[in-house]
Amino acid sequence: MNLKGFVVKYSAYLMLILLIIVATILSPVFLSLGNIFNVLRQQTPYALVALGVLLTILTGGIDLSPGAVLAVANVIIAVAMKDWNMATPGGVWVAMLMAIVVGIFFGALNGSLISYLKLAPFIATLATMTMARGCAYMITGGSPIRLPVDQAGSTAFINFGQSGDPIIGMPLAVWFVILVTLIFWFVMKYTSFGRMIIASGSNETAVRLAGINVKRYKMSAYVISGLMAALAGILLASRAAMGTPASGQSFEMDAIAGCVIGGASLSGGVGKVVNTIIGVLVIALIGNIMNLLSVAAYPQQVIQGAIIVLAVLMNKN
Amino acid sequence: MEETTNRTEPTVQVQMCQIGKSFGGVNALKSVNFSINKGEIHALVGENGAGKSTLMKILSGVYIMDEGQIFIEGKEAHIHTPKAGIDHGISVIYQEFALVNDLTVAENIFIDNLNDGKAIINWNNLRAKAKKLLDELGFSQIDVKKPVSQLSVAYQQVIEICKALSRNSKILILDEPTAVLSSNEAEQLFELLGKLRNSGVAIVYISHRMEEIFRICDRITVLKDGENVATVNAKEIDEKTLVNMMIGRDIKSYFPTRNVNIGDVVFEVKNISRSDIVNDVSFQVRSGEVFGLTGLVGSGRTETVRAIFGEDKKDDGRIYFNGVEKRIRNPKAALKAGLALLPEDRKVQGVLLNLPILYNITLSCLKRFCRFGGVIKRKEERSYVKELSEKLQIKMGTMNDHASSLSGGNQQKVAISKLLAANCHVLILDEPTRGVDVGAKIEIYKIINSLAADGNAVVMISSEMPEVIGMCDRVAVMRGGKIMGELSKNEICEENLINFAMGVKN
Repeated sequence: MNLKGFVVKYSAYLMLILLIIVATILSPVFLSLGNIFNVLRQQTPYALVALGVLLTILTGGIDLSPGAVLAVANVIIAVAMKDWNMATPGGVWVAMLMAIVVGIFFGALNGSLISYLKLAPFIATLATMTMARGCAYMITGGSPIRLPVDQAGSTAFINFGQSGDPIIGMPLAVWFVILVTLIFWFVMKYTSFGRMIIASGSNETAVRLAGINVKRYKMSAYVISGLMAALAGILLASRAAMGTPASGQSFEMDAIAGCVIGGASLSGGVGKVVNTIIGVLVIALIGNIMNLLSVAAYPQQVIQGAIIVLAVLMNKN
Repeated sequence: MEETTNRTEPTVQVQMCQIGKSFGGVNALKSVNFSINKGEIHALVGENGAGKSTLMKILSGVYIMDEGQIFIEGKEAHIHTPKAGIDHGISVIYQEFALVNDLTVAENIFIDNLNDGKAIINWNNLRAKAKKLLDELGFSQIDVKKPVSQLSVAYQQVIEICKALSRNSKILILDEPTAVLSSNEAEQLFELLGKLRNSGVAIVYISHRMEEIFRICDRITVLKDGENVATVNAKEIDEKTLVNMMIGRDIKSYFPTRNVNIGDVVFEVKNISRSDIVNDVSFQVRSGEVFGLTGLVGSGRTETVRAIFGEDKKDDGRIYFNGVEKRIRNPKAALKAGLALLPEDRKVQGVLLNLPILYNITLSCLKRFCRFGGVIKRKEERSYVKELSEKLQIKMGTMNDHASSLSGGNQQKVAISKLLAANCHVLILDEPTRGVDVGAKIEIYKIINSLAADGNAVVMISSEMPEVIGMCDRVAVMRGGKIMGELSKNEICEENLINFAMGVKN
């Protein structure tokens, strides 16, 4: 493989390494365990959403709704624990299940609109996004809901989001995301489900003529995306100890950017799990470095956008 | 259409000298000399990979040659971009056309010069000019205001040619122009090309169809492995010698023989109908039989098999496997029942170009190689694909290479492997050798023969008369969505086929 091919194939990794080097130069505390864990923990909801969105992109579609679905899951769990008596140790599990069901519901809604009613993914998920955001506000009446801190269940829940493992102290949320990433990686690489998802996005007609139920795979992608959004919402509730209807705002954009920096093609059929996570970290680091450089918030966005374009160009050839 | 034009001395329009071109270490063209005269139709033949397309892309400016020179009307020309090609009077008519479907005929003809140098478009002028061009060519029935997507494929091709003429192109390159035409439409094209030739246009005709080459071409150049093997006058050579030059080996017979062992009826369709495109089609196929389905383009053959296969919804009809009726609602059900389809348009429907060859071949049968939970048994899968691809002699780098890296013929073999891997016993092949070079065609014929010899029932849709005559045991001829007649082996001949196809009552 020549140099150019190498750069294109590993562009996401190269960018990440470059950014790590720059960050380390800028700040000696960057490579400290504490800071690394902080950055990773902050990215956990983005990573989950990005994995879900990756699946939809692989099938040749897109999902704009994860941020809003995250918010619904986020507030449902808070309301369940606060108002519906689910802050008990058993109740917490039910509350989480409810949040997950919500995520799957919106995912299935997307999947039905796109797979069976043949709506364009952009339009369908845009609509779902708006509806979900509305639901989140409806459920909370507009203001955030604090999780109760006086019951065993909810405190354990909050603990999960805020503490690390006893051995090296890596946040539990990060361990969780690592596990989910491993599952995704395995499924995409070694199972027929993964291959069919990629094939469906590569050439839907040919795959259908080969006797494969493409509709089912597309539906699965959106359902999983909804599920991931819900998991991200649960993680956020756990860490912040509250449910906020405005949470998850523009998460899907960062997720899509992460996928694309990781080499996914928006026309479908191209993309890798690990590279997507790397893409998410790249975006995180860009923000982190700019904070270290005391760049103001608004210019940060401009620079982030510019770097996304750069990353995509590097990915091409 | 025999035309002897009186030319005292041919004037050379284009001369390509010592052209060399490599792609990453692979020599695509080696010191190729190629010249085209004014007012001639010059055939460019050779297997896929011989370099025809590369040579023409260099001439038209899509590629830049590594070595060599090009002279146009005696003056050296540097053609480094497609626009430069156009400016030098070179136009290419690609197999897939380069038309903008949603724009009108007039807009497409003048697509690179809509403004005509002015600030805004003068639509009346534009349409008038377009109409004039069409009238001159004898196609005044085409409405210049119609979007080209509404035209038949044959007329679309006429628009492409008009586009070339609107640029005053003196050199026209046609790539497999009759691949998508019926014989009627091909006749019209030949007439048109003859007219252009007589007015002095130099035409390069790339084709795999022998009858056409000998019919309309003045000279033939054979490329093989990137070299110019010979340039001959069409009248001074015969088909056998030409094919030998292309392949470099002796083919005993163009169509391989097989031991015909036809069994019972294993597949039957009755009263298949779909709006007015498919009208009450019924036929039977036996095991070990190659059943041909032919007719002019637009006769409804592809639509019929798509309805049978479940890709399109049929309004009426029943399908029987070994006498048992099965409901075929979609391709998945079809494959489950043992029916597989090789689609007409390989690039769009048959092969996943951007995925590995491996994925393509096991696409329909992946479950066979899966453990519990869907985990793929990679070793087994790879060894099966290796075996199958060796059996079909698929020339590839590795099975991990993308299918797009293969030549047309090998891509088609990959598509056929997919059907074989799915263990289906009734196989519908829609134009299996379209866009495939002679050498690969023969290999595909051998594959089809062995499919039949293994006891499968093969339905073959083909527009190529020689292929139908050479390969089929029985033929049904369609016209307007209906089967006009069936011919048994000894009744299959050009006359009968054309009579039925054109509705001439016997």
